[in-house]
Amino acid sequence: MSSAILPAASETQSMTGAEIVLRALKEQGVEVIFGYPGGAVLPIYDAIFQQNAIRHILVRHEQAAVHAAEGYARSTGKVGCVLVTSGPGATNAVTGLVDALLDSIPIVCLTGQVPTHLIGNDAFQEADTTGITRPATKHNYLVKQMDRLASTVHEAFYVARSGRPGPVVIDLPKDILIGKGQYSPPPSQEHRSYRPQTEPDAGQIRKAVRLLKEARRPVVYAGGGVINAGPEASALLTKFVRMAGLPCTNTLMGLGAYPSSDPQFLGMLGMHGTYEANMAMHGSDVMFNIGARFDDRVTGRLNAFAPNSVKIHADIDPSSINKNVKVEVPIVGDAAAVLRALIAAWEEDGAGQDRPALAAWWRQIDEWRGRSCLHYVQEGRIIKPQHAVKRLYELTQESGRETFITTEVGQHQMWAAQYFGFEKPNRWMTSGGLGTMGYGLPAAMGVQVAHPDALVIDIAGEASILMNIQEMSTLAQYRLPVKVFILNNQYMGMVRQWQELLHGGRYSESYSEALPDFVKLAESFHGVGMRAETADDLDRVIREMIAIDRPVIVDVAVDEKENVFPMIPSGAAHNEMLLAPGQIAAGSGVTDEGTALV
Amino acid sequence: MPDASDNSFRAATIAVLVENESGVLARVIGLFSGRGYNIDSLTVAPVDADGKLSRITVVTSGTEMVIEQIKAQLDRLVPVHKVADLTLEGPHVSRELALIKVAGSGSGRQEALRLADAFRARVVDATTESFVFEMTGSGEKLDAFIALMRPVGLVEVSRTGVVSIARGAKGL
Repeated sequence: MSSAILPAASETQSMTGAEIVLRALKEQGVEVIFGYPGGAVLPIYDAIFQQNAIRHILVRHEQAAVHAAEGYARSTGKVGCVLVTSGPGATNAVTGLVDALLDSIPIVCLTGQVPTHLIGNDAFQEADTTGITRPATKHNYLVKQMDRLASTVHEAFYVARSGRPGPVVIDLPKDILIGKGQYSPPPSQEHRSYRPQTEPDAGQIRKAVRLLKEARRPVVYAGGGVINAGPEASALLTKFVRMAGLPCTNTLMGLGAYPSSDPQFLGMLGMHGTYEANMAMHGSDVMFNIGARFDDRVTGRLNAFAPNSVKIHADIDPSSINKNVKVEVPIVGDAAAVLRALIAAWEEDGAGQDRPALAAWWRQIDEWRGRSCLHYVQEGRIIKPQHAVKRLYELTQESGRETFITTEVGQHQMWAAQYFGFEKPNRWMTSGGLGTMGYGLPAAMGVQVAHPDALVIDIAGEASILMNIQEMSTLAQYRLPVKVFILNNQYMGMVRQWQELLHGGRYSESYSEALPDFVKLAESFHGVGMRAETADDLDRVIREMIAIDRPVIVDVAVDEKENVFPMIPSGAAHNEMLLAPGQIAAGSGVTDEGTALV
Repeated sequence: MPDASDNSFRAATIAVLVENESGVLARVIGLFSGRGYNIDSLTVAPVDADGKLSRITVVTSGTEMVIEQIKAQLDRLVPVHKVADLTLEGPHVSRELALIKVAGSGSGRQEALRLADAFRARVVDATTESFVFEMTGSGEKLDAFIALMRPVGLVEVSRTGVVSIARGAKGL
């Protein structure tokens, strides 16, 4: 059957627009589409029905389709593909698109559109999709001519995956999908205008090597760009950091780029990063940023950010360089290419390093580590959320299963980042830039579709999980054994934490009132529900969850009052961290200007 | 190399060569409004033989860091071929065209004509009670002429915004 839809590349007979779209997707390597049908895209659904090469996963909300495609993309390195209808289908997808834009995730999203002759007439389910998604995507297209259809799909995939990856929308009017035209294969020549630089400038690499060799207090700060550059980039980063004996910290997006169990790893940095990572950043004399973007969650107060360091910044996106923080050595290039060049230049350069200074720097770092900033006390029956994540990590390790973690957004997300260790890239999917509650469950769904035999866990909060809970139905339909691990503190915990620290403990609208019974909820969605009420229940419930080959919701009742520490309050500097309630490492903590920041 | 630590404002005339496709101007304008950059003037028109390329001239202002950021942001738009900071890259010529309507009779009318002559403005339309002047020049020159026309019966002004090109033999 598939041969009618996907003929050999040499054939040029007339096909419908919908068939052309599917054939182009196939040629771009698409195996799975996450989507939801509707009037304007019925011709594509009809073409999907008549072939077997591309699998369609029917989600329950278009936002979830995009997050699922993000989970798929982030765990495989491939481009995620989404198909939604016009109007509300497209507008529902917008949150997912912006999420993918901020986290640089390659997505191609096909949206249906009313026929070209009705565009602009306020037709049924018409929305100005290209207008709405212009600032929500890396690029978007409205296909108005049949002869541009195949080439536009090919170009969309090229744009989504090249340079700094991102989401691309193709708006497809229904008459184009029904009309007849000819397929064309991907172009053999370069794109006429979009050709991002991937190979770094050799002179800048030599400057970076010189600075890093002479450094007395160096630090490597690696972000999601290393993950996006493929597993080779993470391997090269590990090789470089080890050969140079440097301390390395990862951003939230970069977790897994450097193995968390390695003694040279300082943990995550930033607002809820470790004391040692932030102090090393603050005290460094040479900082090497690779694939990170000096986000405000990382830098804290800009004018106090790493004040005495010379900064090297390697990024594939020139607009990320010198945007927030002025750097001395900008390097434009793909993270893997940069690291390859850096290692080669490091070996070529005859000079040695300042060993005594490095040894003293490591002693200083070990002293900071001695503060044990992630220490918590689990005693009594009430489960500490940190302990729940730590046991989850340890027991998944013990199971020996290949494990992927997604999260929703809030306190549980930060505890997951702090207490779950990642040894490899592409195992950690979280909404970093946009901070989208409701991300984790659909993302986990996409990960599980890509890795059917792996253990895929969404570490969630009881508030976030309700934002895309309908996807439990998708899990049931496709027998996707995703595990939802809810740290249930009955509050929008991060909101509550900020209200406690910044708004006089006035917990305005942050209490999770009238929660569902998550056990019954799981059961009603054909899954398994479990609850851990006390510390004694925890291990048993986690073990059971891992063993069950079905969707599971685990409702873990955790300490309602627990806050995420360490914390750099908004507007504070790296050396002004709060290590525990009421304990300020140095400096004054929250300022009035800080309160105005998000 | 511009000094990124310089916090003083400067004006920049930026030339952007783009694909002449639907929505490209919206992308450029949306970039400026979305990221809070200034647009002092913006012009656009196709510039090649087959109408596939358009040239946008945008006059903006900001700190050195912001202007570098504007150029980098423009350059990463998919349909953008080339971005050049004419202000930074050397001497360039900037021109603007204005159509200026002046109405009146008697001495005011005489005065308008005399001033137009002094400023080398051309009369492109005339009635017994009005003139339309066409004038090309720098923005300052147009400003000066328009200011002079105000007391002698200025009705309305239509201006193109600035177009700009580098001096010398080299192209963009």
